[in-house]
Amino acid sequence: MAIEGADIVRAAAFLGAGISMGLGAIGPGVGEGMVAAKACEAIGKNPKEAGLLTRTMLVGQAVTESTGIYSLVIALLLLFVV
Amino acid sequence: MTIDVQTWVKVAAFTGGGLAMGLGAIGAAVGEGHTAAQANIAISRTPDMSGDIFKSMLVGQAVAESASIFALVIAMILLFTDYASSYIEISVVLSAGICMGLGAIGSGIGSGYPAGAACVGIARQPAMSGRLMTNMLIGSAVCQTPAIFSLVTSFIILFTDFSGRPINPTWAAIVGAGLASGFGGIGSGLGGGLVAETSCDGIARQPETVTPVTNVMLLGQAVTQTTAIYGLLVSFILMFKTFEATSALAPAAALLSAGICMGIGAIGPGIGEGFTARSAVDGIARNMNATAELTRIMLVGQAVAESTGIYSLVIALILIFVV
Repeated sequence: MAIEGADIVRAAAFLGAGISMGLGAIGPGVGEGMVAAKACEAIGKNPKEAGLLTRTMLVGQAVTESTGIYSLVIALLLLFVV
Repeated sequence: MTIDVQTWVKVAAFTGGGLAMGLGAIGAAVGEGHTAAQANIAISRTPDMSGDIFKSMLVGQAVAESASIFALVIAMILLFTDYASSYIEISVVLSAGICMGLGAIGSGIGSGYPAGAACVGIARQPAMSGRLMTNMLIGSAVCQTPAIFSLVTSFIILFTDFSGRPINPTWAAIVGAGLASGFGGIGSGLGGGLVAETSCDGIARQPETVTPVTNVMLLGQAVTQTTAIYGLLVSFILMFKTFEATSALAPAAALLSAGICMGIGAIGPGIGEGFTARSAVDGIARNMNATAELTRIMLVGQAVAESTGIYSLVIALILIFVV
């Protein structure tokens, strides 16, 4: 099996993409779950504010999501651009 | 010293067997220890109920144990089977062992939680011991599904004939399939356990809420399991798709990477969705009138937490089918 430099670089880019998206998905997944958990607790205590709490939860989760999107962008860059 | 293929296959099979049982013992041991600790707390509170609590502890531990028994089965198969002398067998035996070992971690720990909560619940509300036992068994059984996914993947890897396929990209597909199912089960097993624990706790505190609590527990657990199902899906694609022979490294790296990406990417959403469903179930147990609002916000919150798992699935599918 002849292994050339360009082949190794491509292989490393593919592996890097998988590791980037895989590890990058852990934090947002856990973090967004915690946000939603607190929103559930708050609505359980005060169901009348469900609308306000849902909005706050979604904004908070959207910010938490950003690092997951960075991972996705890096993975796509590694797959298609680099 | 030259080492022939047969020897390398044996080395890999013994290593795989060791990894299967070693990793596979972590979850069940932690989970059962938690159950026993909670049972001791429960008996110290209500010594009169020690018989029921003891029974509930043993049943709960038996369910948690099943994950490590799966690992034992795979380890035994790896130790005592004679494999063909082919390089592909090396990745087959290693992948099957790692898959089952990793896959048993989440389910073992997760199943221990509801069993512990059921023991404490029986001490608090002896009249509900029947319903608590039922709820615990349903919740623990759902927690075991990721371990069963890993068992299925390990069996398919072990008993599929890969000899007709080209060695170069296929070895990576097999290892990737094992990693996707193995890592993918950790988060879902743990998350499902958190939900079931709180539902047992809630039923013991407010026995009249048993119906909505059990229903929302099952719904929340079902959503928690989705990332493990993504892992299983990627494993199936990697195992059953035939890849073209190549002498380059990059196609193999892409398949291996797809498995790693989906497996590790499934951990976070699984745990996070478990947190969400746990709080929703807890809220319903305290305030049954808010069931509709809580179920809705739980599902919305879980859907957003799921997104990074879906990104991982997309990247894994791109790695398999596009690049």
